[in-house]
Amino acid sequence: MDAPALITALQTLAPGLQAEAASAADRQTTIYVGPGDVLRAMQVLRDGPDLRFALLAELTAVDFWPKEPRFELIYLLVSIEHRLRARVKVRLPGADPHVATVTPIWPGANWLEREVWDLFGIAFDGHPDPRRLLMPEDWEGFPLRKDYPVQIQMKPHTAEALQVTQEEFRANMQRDRLSRPQP
Amino acid sequence: MGIESEIPVLTTSVEKMVQWARRSSIWPVTFGLACCAIEMMSMSCSRYDIARFGAEVFRGSPRQSDLMIVAGRLSRKMAPALRRIYDQMPEPKWVISMGACASIGGVFDNYAIVQGVDQIVPVDVYVPGCPPRPESLIYGIVQLQRKIAQQKLS
Repeated sequence: MDAPALITALQTLAPGLQAEAASAADRQTTIYVGPGDVLRAMQVLRDGPDLRFALLAELTAVDFWPKEPRFELIYLLVSIEHRLRARVKVRLPGADPHVATVTPIWPGANWLEREVWDLFGIAFDGHPDPRRLLMPEDWEGFPLRKDYPVQIQMKPHTAEALQVTQEEFRANMQRDRLSRPQP
Repeated sequence: MGIESEIPVLTTSVEKMVQWARRSSIWPVTFGLACCAIEMMSMSCSRYDIARFGAEVFRGSPRQSDLMIVAGRLSRKMAPALRRIYDQMPEPKWVISMGACASIGGVFDNYAIVQGVDQIVPVDVYVPGCPPRPESLIYGIVQLQRKIAQQKLS
């Protein structure tokens, strides 16, 4: 199934959907979808009888800084039933990029979206667990953005060991003993 | 030396004996982070056999060990864990920084990797190489043993 056929199939099932065909160097079926239509398009792609893209193989992003629209989200879909592959792209602006989560459609998107949030700073509205995945939780910035520095001069965060005097140690042991149920 | 006397007696000082005991049975804590750990494992296995130098007992618990071999690149996310394991080791304790990445960051000159574990823990011996061959690490351990042999008790 080529890109125009996929768009026709999409728009039959979801009228008024914003979609356009894209050229890809590897000639894989590639379409662009409007940022507001992601959830609807993905639902149709998974459930449409001629589509059945049951597997979200990969979800990633590209930063085209300083071009605008800056980000492109890329969903790689596989239809096991019809032996199809499709690449769905979404263009996002540099200022406050956000898009609807697809975790209700493919639960496996959970960690993929967390990774994209962690490294590109693209927010997924309605995500069940919007935390960082790879970087430490108190990390500042999004490392895979093109304007992020490669080297940073910063001392690594480590917690200093707790220093306890002998009296405090004894008091802790005593308190621990008293807090246990007495035989 | 009491070879001539009827009872065999060896005289020494407490300090020398403690130094000898410490350096003759170094127990390293398992802390492999990357490809250097493969060479570290190779060092402890039959071909290179670190048992010849009395340091073959790799422990899974920091409470039972007195040497930490930092084998591989240390990410900033891992740094608090490494510091904590070091803090959990009983005194006296030593650290070997194994390979280019652990010593100065190596080829990973980026935001995610700590540029030298000496920013986090005090390092006694640096072993260069990428990764160092098992012989190099054995040499590092022997150097550490010489260092321990010179450490005063007070």
